[in-house]
Amino acid sequence: MKLHSLTAHQILELYKTKQASSKEVYDDVLTRIKTVDSKVKAYARLSTQTSAGEGLLSIPIAIKDNMCTQGEEITCSSRILKGFHPPYDACVIEKVKQSGGLIMGFANMDEFAFGSSTESSCYGPTYNPWDLLRVPGGSSGGSAASVAADETIWALGSDTGGSIRQPASFCGIVGLKPTYGRVSRYGLIAFASSLDQIGPLTKDVTDCALLMNIIAGYDQRDSTSVNEPVPDYTKALVNDVRGIKIGVPKEAFVEGLDPQVRSSVEAAIEQLKKLGAIVKEVSLPHTPYAVATYYIVATAEASSNLARFDGVRYGLRQSPTSVRKNALMDMYEETRSKGFGDEAKRRIMLGTYVLSSGYYDAYYLRGQKVRTLIKQDLDEAFKDCDVILTPTAPTTAFKVGEKISDPLSMYLSDIYTIPANLAGIPSISIPCGLSKEGLPIGLQLMGKAFDEEMLLRVCFTYEQNTPWHTKKPNL
Amino acid sequence: MITKDDVKYIAALARIHVAEEKLEDLTKNLTDIVGYVEQLQKLDLENVKPTSHAVPLTNALREDIVKPSLSNEQALSIAPEAKDGFFKVPLVIE
Amino acid sequence: MSQQFETVIGLEVHLQLSTKTKIFCGCANVFGSAPNTNVCPVCLGLPGTLPVLNHQALLSGIKVGLALNAQINPFIKFDRKNYYYPDLPKGYQISQYDLPVARDGFLMIKLDNIEKRIGIKRAHLEEDAGKLMHDNQGNCSLVDYNRTGTPLIEIVTEPDLRSPQEAYDYLNTLKLTLQYLDVSDCDMEKGSLRCDANVSIRPVGQEALGTKTELKNMNSFRAVKTALEYEVSRHTQVIVSGGKITQETLLWNDEKGVTIAMRSKEQAHDYRYFPDPDLVPFTIDLKVIDQVRAQLPEMPQVKLERFIQQYGLSEYDAKVLVMDKALAYFFEQCCQQYNQYKKVANWFNGAVLKEMNERKIDINSLKLTPTNLVELIKSVEDGVVSNLVGKEVLGAMLDFGKSPSEIIKEKGLAQVSDDSALISIIEEIIIQNPTVVEQIRQGKPSAAGFLVGQAMKKSGGKANPKKLNELITKRLSNA
Repeated sequence: MKLHSLTAHQILELYKTKQASSKEVYDDVLTRIKTVDSKVKAYARLSTQTSAGEGLLSIPIAIKDNMCTQGEEITCSSRILKGFHPPYDACVIEKVKQSGGLIMGFANMDEFAFGSSTESSCYGPTYNPWDLLRVPGGSSGGSAASVAADETIWALGSDTGGSIRQPASFCGIVGLKPTYGRVSRYGLIAFASSLDQIGPLTKDVTDCALLMNIIAGYDQRDSTSVNEPVPDYTKALVNDVRGIKIGVPKEAFVEGLDPQVRSSVEAAIEQLKKLGAIVKEVSLPHTPYAVATYYIVATAEASSNLARFDGVRYGLRQSPTSVRKNALMDMYEETRSKGFGDEAKRRIMLGTYVLSSGYYDAYYLRGQKVRTLIKQDLDEAFKDCDVILTPTAPTTAFKVGEKISDPLSMYLSDIYTIPANLAGIPSISIPCGLSKEGLPIGLQLMGKAFDEEMLLRVCFTYEQNTPWHTKKPNL
Repeated sequence: MITKDDVKYIAALARIHVAEEKLEDLTKNLTDIVGYVEQLQKLDLENVKPTSHAVPLTNALREDIVKPSLSNEQALSIAPEAKDGFFKVPLVIE
Repeated sequence: MSQQFETVIGLEVHLQLSTKTKIFCGCANVFGSAPNTNVCPVCLGLPGTLPVLNHQALLSGIKVGLALNAQINPFIKFDRKNYYYPDLPKGYQISQYDLPVARDGFLMIKLDNIEKRIGIKRAHLEEDAGKLMHDNQGNCSLVDYNRTGTPLIEIVTEPDLRSPQEAYDYLNTLKLTLQYLDVSDCDMEKGSLRCDANVSIRPVGQEALGTKTELKNMNSFRAVKTALEYEVSRHTQVIVSGGKITQETLLWNDEKGVTIAMRSKEQAHDYRYFPDPDLVPFTIDLKVIDQVRAQLPEMPQVKLERFIQQYGLSEYDAKVLVMDKALAYFFEQCCQQYNQYKKVANWFNGAVLKEMNERKIDINSLKLTPTNLVELIKSVEDGVVSNLVGKEVLGAMLDFGKSPSEIIKEKGLAQVSDDSALISIIEEIIIQNPTVVEQIRQGKPSAAGFLVGQAMKKSGGKANPKKLNELITKRLSNA
């Protein structure tokens, strides 16, 4: 029995009936990692602390390399944090440990979560298990690839503009960005504080609900954490969408949308109609401005969040070989120049620019206002529907190296996912097809704030009536 | 739109040293991106309020109760350089 | 002919709040710990950490705003002030930019009996940075983050001060006001109160402000006054000789008595303020403001007026008492037991303050109760002990924490008032001082004072001087 290829809920069943032990599961997953990770490179580092599991509910998990885990090296896949061992656990890590989770290792990511392909990691790229010449998406590419390749049972990622959903879509798995404030950000190394959320990447919707039960909840160490009670998300796993209203934005079918993605998504819409859902057209007129808004607001926050990486207290410290300005200034500049990769530098500089004197009103303030309009569009649309449906990404997984030298074209792959971050609403990606080339296609559903249950219900119904969640890559 | 001098100024503000040979490409990249985000200028935002927080929370407060601190060893365990219980940096001229 | 110039000064005071914990984390808010022992992931700015506002710091901020007669903003937020320095762990300081806790207040100061209103532009909350020390021998600098995250309130005046003396008075008045609130120990030596000044001059009658310079590194109120005097004179010299003032930040060098430009000629900071996304905004409703207002103590200016009226004290005497809130309270408790208010005030302003200064402790740390002090004062008034001995008794009371009667009894300090005992001493003194006795008989009664003094000495200070005087006068007028 290939334990590593099972879902968490299947393994829990085996534990219950004593047909498998957590040590067996752990060993099997570890063997799988050793077998395929040299090709996939999903992991930046394996855990140095986890050992063969004990305890009934132990499920192996991969953690994106940006969630502080005490005693482990956590780097955000950046040179500037090489050797950093946080002296504390993130809230989600505490929760994972409390639930008996077995942390297998830390998943590769785009450096500081800046990217949509996991090509900007200081460890090198992660490869898509469905086609090793292609990217797994990003920035949680390692987390998604590890789940798709069965190198873990489930994983945690983070999503600022689509970084859970887009890789889930490229890797044919389920990825959920919860409502902003649903999951504590304490211990998540920040990219854009008003947009970041930690969320599950899983093999199916049931596992997604289970992992949400573990990580969701109020944390008083995070001022933006919402004190809403956490429901049992598994209760939402109901195979019934009759009467549920699904809005499809007319702006969704953009130029640049891959025709295969389009036809898969349209087929999914038909399927949902057949299952009794009511599909209606909605309009999100400010969607075309979402990417621009995001790249102003997110980079501004990022430029400030990354100012602490200066070589003084932790991580990398470098000095130039000859004096340029003065010892301190030189240390700052050399550390940050050598420590940050090109994309990180670009974003920091862009963020610094849009906040700088004379430009604040024209860019940052404007961006915050357009954010209001985008949120208003969604609020308006949700008056008439329960969920909003779009493709997750405009294409299937692109080839490694294809977009890395054209930042702007890379940014445009976030076009469908960004609005949910700007508005703070929950959003999920589930597999809805395979292209002719055998590449996964993802469907995105956005919901109202704190209505993850509706998303889980629609996705569960769709999943129960389609085969996509059973497909696995040939590794 | 964005000049090389602009880029040098921003780099200094961001404490990043950009090598001469990389300046051209970086300037082009930033010009492209800023050019792209310029489209926001088209919108009429006169009566729109900015959104700083996605969820309308207020008053997240903490009671004035002491919690344990790190030990000096723990605090300095991550330091690139330390001396006599302090974090050590190059001599700063004021 | 040189123009007449008017001085324009604005002051920024940073006050460390004495909450139990830091502003955004649960580390203890204490002074003097060993380096980097009072830090946590949050105040060290470790990756992934987040700030949560200390409720007490917010209430203290409201308290300060109300005491400064300011408007409390019903909606406030925090912003990031971005810059790089080794003592700033996050690479930004969490402060308040456009929606501070309080705005548009004032403080009344009194100069030569004339009251003047000094506008308070704003008061806002922010976090303190760490401490940077320079190790020249080791060719390095050392950082201690204990102080990082200490809650600060920054109080900014309007440019309403017109002289270094006014600035000095403002600072003293502000300090007294803040001490009354118990929100800070306001100690410049400990660094819990820091002051920066902005100064410019302009021709009298001109409305537009002249170019200002900012002064830092003044470590006492006196230094603020001296630094401003120097700087005003410098501005005047420059302008009178046809030059222009450069807007810059200058450090006061107390030793040399001059201001000097900061060595690093860095470009003006671009702080790139923006709302801190890790902190949500705060609404302060009227109920909260009213609750805080109800808890405000009687403020010094009000207490001063009341003391003058209620206890018939001189302004000087009342001022000395009001300067120290605990002292004023102690005084009132004494007055409840003894209505010779002026006499009580004299004891406070004389003997008690002297003891406090010598022992370097505050009134509440003295081993003294109002009841005991009143008993002592009464003992002196009733002639049980002389005034001089009374002060000795006070000293012993403070050393041992005992009541006056216990001390008087133990040390046998009771004044001798018994006529027969005194008469024998007087006889001795008269015999020993024939010249003085002659002077008295010749019509110089004041010389009796000398004899009283001698008799006092002979009695070991225990004789009742009033009685002595009476008896000597009687004795000598009889032949």
